[in-house]
Amino acid sequence: MSRARPERIGALPVRGPSLPRRAWNAGLLAACALAAAAVVLPLGLIVAHLLAQGLPALDLGFFLHLPKPVGEPGGGMANAIVGTLILVGLGALVAVPVGVGAGLYLAEHGDGRVGALVRSTADVLSGVPSIVIGVATYGLVVVPMGRFSALAGGIALGLLMLPTIVRSTEEVVRLVPRSYREAGLALGAPRWRVTQQIVLPAASAGIVTASLLALARAAGETAPLLFTALGNRFWSLRLDQPIASLPVFIYDYARAPYDEWNRQAWAGALVLLLLVALVSGLLRLTVRRIPGR
Amino acid sequence: MWADEAYRRLLGALALLVPVVAALVLYETARGAGPSLRVFGWGFLVSTDWDPVAERFGALPYLYGTLVSSAIAMALAVPFGIGSAVFLAELAPPRLGAVVSFVIDLLASIPSIVYGIWGLFVLAPWLRSAAEPWLTAHVGFLPLFQGFPFGIGMLNAGIVLAIMVVPTVVSISREILLATPRSLREAALALGSTRAEAIAVAVDAARPGILGAAILALGRALGETMAVTMVIGNTNRISASLLAPGATMASVIANEFAEATGKLYLSALVEIALVLFALTVVVNALARLLVVATTGGRRDVAGAA
Amino acid sequence: MTRAFDLFYGAHQALRSVTLEVPSNSVTAIIGPSGCGKSTLLRSFNRMNDLIPGVRTAGQVVVSGRDVYAPGTDVVELRRRVGMVFQRPNPFPKSIFENAAFGLRLLGIRDRGELEARVEQSLRRAALWDEVRDRLGRSALQLSGGQQQRLCIARCLAVEPEVVLMDEPAAALDPTATARIEELVLDLKKRYTIVIVTHNMQQAARISDRTAFMLMGALVEIGDTRRLFTSPREKLTEDYITGRFG
Ligand SMILES: Nc1ncnc2c1ncn2[C@@H]1O[C@H](COP(=O)(O)OP(=O)(O)OP(=O)(O)O)[C@@H](O)[C@H]1O
Ligand SMILES: [Mg+2]
Repeated sequence: MSRARPERIGALPVRGPSLPRRAWNAGLLAACALAAAAVVLPLGLIVAHLLAQGLPALDLGFFLHLPKPVGEPGGGMANAIVGTLILVGLGALVAVPVGVGAGLYLAEHGDGRVGALVRSTADVLSGVPSIVIGVATYGLVVVPMGRFSALAGGIALGLLMLPTIVRSTEEVVRLVPRSYREAGLALGAPRWRVTQQIVLPAASAGIVTASLLALARAAGETAPLLFTALGNRFWSLRLDQPIASLPVFIYDYARAPYDEWNRQAWAGALVLLLLVALVSGLLRLTVRRIPGR
Repeated sequence: MWADEAYRRLLGALALLVPVVAALVLYETARGAGPSLRVFGWGFLVSTDWDPVAERFGALPYLYGTLVSSAIAMALAVPFGIGSAVFLAELAPPRLGAVVSFVIDLLASIPSIVYGIWGLFVLAPWLRSAAEPWLTAHVGFLPLFQGFPFGIGMLNAGIVLAIMVVPTVVSISREILLATPRSLREAALALGSTRAEAIAVAVDAARPGILGAAILALGRALGETMAVTMVIGNTNRISASLLAPGATMASVIANEFAEATGKLYLSALVEIALVLFALTVVVNALARLLVVATTGGRRDVAGAA
Repeated sequence: MTRAFDLFYGAHQALRSVTLEVPSNSVTAIIGPSGCGKSTLLRSFNRMNDLIPGVRTAGQVVVSGRDVYAPGTDVVELRRRVGMVFQRPNPFPKSIFENAAFGLRLLGIRDRGELEARVEQSLRRAALWDEVRDRLGRSALQLSGGQQQRLCIARCLAVEPEVVLMDEPAAALDPTATARIEELVLDLKKRYTIVIVTHNMQQAARISDRTAFMLMGALVEIGDTRRLFTSPREKLTEDYITGRFG
């Protein structure tokens, strides 16, 4: 730098940005808008194709009937729809109490080492691919039970929901104003009653929303069910037997070499999408109205 | 007070179930992989054998398939994702931005199987009849785009994966961009920057977080199963061409696990699950570190995923 | 200078027919109570208000003989000629050198020697060179608040603006750092035309040649600083400088 002599420096040219700069600016801004359009486009395409292919195959029978053998017309996925609801319900039974309890713990007492451990393992668990959860559940539940079962499927889905519920419960509970707690404690209420009767209710709307989002997501999961709940062409409500589910049905029917089955797979996909996207879409819209979020 | 203490312990016990469950998942996967680990050792990762009859197994084609399909997905999702995030955070009128963000969030909630069926029945025929012939005709001198246009294969899997993970890139990058101080853009503009140049300053400041978002998306792509299984073609061959079918770690498990006969066969599949587990844990940890470092922990990645 | 300039944020009128003249190579201070429109006026000179949705303007702002709100004005070029220093130091998260060189790179200067020479020159003019000469490659965020603010001034000077706008440049700084900025302003007026917003009347009195007093979006009085502080013509000005409100 020593050779730089400031007085040698001439005046800077006074002019607007050069043509390349203008072009670059316009091009980049346009590219960003195009990128956004390109990202939204597939959603439009997917929904359009689902409606075009799925709607014609969708009738009341689809919701009321059992699957028919190849070649016979009609037939539906009634058992799969009910099966999915059962599986998701089982998953919620496993994940919601544990998840909400753990989330409460993290929010109220979670600043120590236990809290850090729980938080980081929840994060790890949330990143584990669902197929791996399926493999682990196979070893942990299916093998000891000796058979594929609704129970195993429900547990697998529960494991998938758990981390989301834990972390969103913590987040929502932390948003409950400190003043609520202080008001309760100042009235002489013991801490556990304040948590149970003031903090939890105040956070309940958020917890319910977050749990439902996790449920909706789990309802669309296929991979962890393939070798836990397996699938079932017949009507079954038993928890210790294989059970049908919408995603697995769609998977099987889509890969089958029969047009009629492929059409039903589209119809199933449409139903699944409506179920999942509607629930999460509505929830996301309401979330914005919950104060504190 | 004893009741307080009891309540605390109850919540603590529930909370401790989370690490216990995580440990169980890890333990069970490692235990199941044991026989395969003992027989094949590290060679498992570099062998291309997959012979259930002779009971000789190697994971290389699946590792390769996972990495290549995810690489295609990243190559598409990162530029498009960052572009969209910039559009949403910096350019779009607020109302349009909110609507588009909502739509992109919806994209993230579509079940994997729905992407799969779309990839299989819509994308694959289009690739087979239009896109892939065009690629072989125009860039076919590259080994990447040679061979028969199957429609299903690595390219299809990569595109479907890109569509699936791009919302992750968009929504996290957008939030990170919104969190970078306005003053940076103002400073740049006040110095005579064009709009794009000022945005580049903000993107530069947000770079670690955006990188984190991309890696998080990578973590999802690596483990994504159903959609890929439906469109990748499922062969354990390694081909240079992206048009050729292949398989990923996740897809081979999905395809073969339920029918795997023989202890070693099953164990080999579980070992693949173990490798996938390890890979995604590392990738996700890295991503989380980056995102947390740039947003100061404001963003809860677990809740967002 | 401005002529009968109005500015609206949506329905809210933030500037009411402001007319004032800023002589070159002098320091003009703008004072007034919080919310009276000082920043808004300052940001009208380089059209930084354009960034805020819903802003409308009427009247003229003339810089070097041209109305900056005239159609066809190149805002990017305008902002190069009319530099701005903000209330909070806002260096880019880059090295000290890259901060000072930012505007030069925009102008397409690639030559390393020229970049280094110009960066040195602007850092010297901002009275920062001696403190940072041997750590130009370090992150600008490691500097103290006062140093960061001088770096922002250097960054602004590097592109050789004609006018430098300063919006409470010392508000976030301690007294020592403030004193250095004040010295710097006095030095800079040899080369540049400076408009500075300040909350601090002593500061205005110390460094400015002319002072403008604003109230509720209107310019109440403008004149020679010493005259304005010793014998204000308007009752409102007198009330303000004697601390009766604000
Ligand atoms: N972005 C905006 N949108 C709407 N109104 C604004 C905006 N910025 C400022 N205003 C309004 O314009 C008026 C003038 O604001 P301005 O920031 O110019 O005041 P100021 O004199 O700089 O105050 P301070 O001394 O506190 O910095 C205020 O009434 C303010 O509420
Ligand atoms: Mg101000």
